[in-house]
Amino acid sequence: MKLQHLFGIAQLNKEQIHYLINMGDAFIELSKRPIKKAPTLRGKTIINLFFENSTRTRTSFEIAGKRLSADVINISASTSATSKGETLLDTAQTLAAMQPHVLVIRHSLAGTCEFLAEHLRETAIVNAGDGAHEHPTQILTDLLTLKHSIGDVAGKTMTIVGDISHSRVARSHLLAAKILGYHVRVVAPKTLLPSKVENYGCEVFHDFDAAIAGSDILYMLRVQTERLTSNCCFPSIREYHEAYGLNKKRLARANADCVVMHPGPMNRGVEIASDIADGAHSRILNQVEHGVAVRMAVLTAMCDLRFNAHDLPSNPDKRGTL
Amino acid sequence: MNNLLFTHDAVMQALDRMAEHIQSAHGKSDAPICLIGIHTGGANVADALQTRLEQAGATVMRGNLDISFYRDDLDLNGPHPQIHSSDLSFDINNQPLWLIDDVLFTGRTIRAAMGELFDFGRPESISLVVLLDRGGRELPIQADFSGLYHQPESKQQSIKLLAHADHWTIIEQPRSLA
Repeated sequence: MKLQHLFGIAQLNKEQIHYLINMGDAFIELSKRPIKKAPTLRGKTIINLFFENSTRTRTSFEIAGKRLSADVINISASTSATSKGETLLDTAQTLAAMQPHVLVIRHSLAGTCEFLAEHLRETAIVNAGDGAHEHPTQILTDLLTLKHSIGDVAGKTMTIVGDISHSRVARSHLLAAKILGYHVRVVAPKTLLPSKVENYGCEVFHDFDAAIAGSDILYMLRVQTERLTSNCCFPSIREYHEAYGLNKKRLARANADCVVMHPGPMNRGVEIASDIADGAHSRILNQVEHGVAVRMAVLTAMCDLRFNAHDLPSNPDKRGTL
Repeated sequence: MNNLLFTHDAVMQALDRMAEHIQSAHGKSDAPICLIGIHTGGANVADALQTRLEQAGATVMRGNLDISFYRDDLDLNGPHPQIHSSDLSFDINNQPLWLIDDVLFTGRTIRAAMGELFDFGRPESISLVVLLDRGGRELPIQADFSGLYHQPESKQQSIKLLAHADHWTIIEQPRSLA
């Protein structure tokens, strides 16, 4: 399989995942230099097309592209022609006619990227989050952070706590866990769990305290209050924090070297207590840092149409005549 | 099909000559000698030179470059599957640098390495020392010092340094086998 687009973690095999993570790892150093610029994507054009609000993901893609010398253009829904009545496909085809190499798309509807890829043949498409479907660059980021924090994830136990039903990151982890061999426990009140979530092969808990022992990774999700208020599926913020918030007392029952992650933005005092978010177990800011590096790797792979992990030479010396 | 070009002894003598050249060019200055190896072969050569220079009493600062993201053929070949991070932990501004590689061929690696170095700062100078010069340059780049010379009959020949723990040799083989 050739990686022409990146829709989700589910389309990748183990080798391709490791390839992208390792390339991202090599890019971390670039962001620590005094001059944060390499010529890797010189002459490439990347358009960030965001139909949903996003600060960190859009900024992360923008910085990743710019540090690799690509020309990056940001378009958000409020300024795009869709607000004047243009269809999604027309907007995308109009932009594609300007010959960008990569379109990075976030949309509230699952499957947006696959739909557009059927119509845009020349442009690589990267999913920056589509509905509750997938968020591949976030999970690749998490996997790079985990590589640094605990090494190989195979056999480890990740406990994901919170609004599983609205979380594309949770879904991406459920899919990646099967490919990479880690165990996932999901913890949420019944109203925040998708039906038949156990079919993903995860353990399902409604009681956080019962799930926490033996966890190597505690993955806290933001309570997406903007999506919840209209439904009656949510107790008060205070009640939620009591039952599903991560605090010192709970963290003490996880494995001693347990790492705490959060895809952001976080609500301090709701899903995570402030002292934990800033504490020694927290890898939340590492995730942000690694996000830029992983997106550099994804953009590089997208601009390299030869990228194909199956074809990668086994002999490291088999490079060009350089 | 593998043709042994240089034995372990020949490679070791070449490394001795390279270290001597660097030390004499550096003069009697107390300032550290900055060696920057190009991954992966050049980094091995730079390690070997560091050992020799330190045995001779010099202070050495080491860095390594991975030029994967600076290559001019990234579109053609894609990034290398085993990419390392560049590691330059010291300030290269106003420092005389010794850039070290194993085999000098087209000069494109060196061009990319110099491009990357300038993204770290403005060195006082860059000198190039290579273990083996195989000719075939495609750019106006020459080494300040080469330990060994060998010009193969064809550009299709691959020349490789095999740096096993304590046995280093240089071999020649058809590129299709490389």
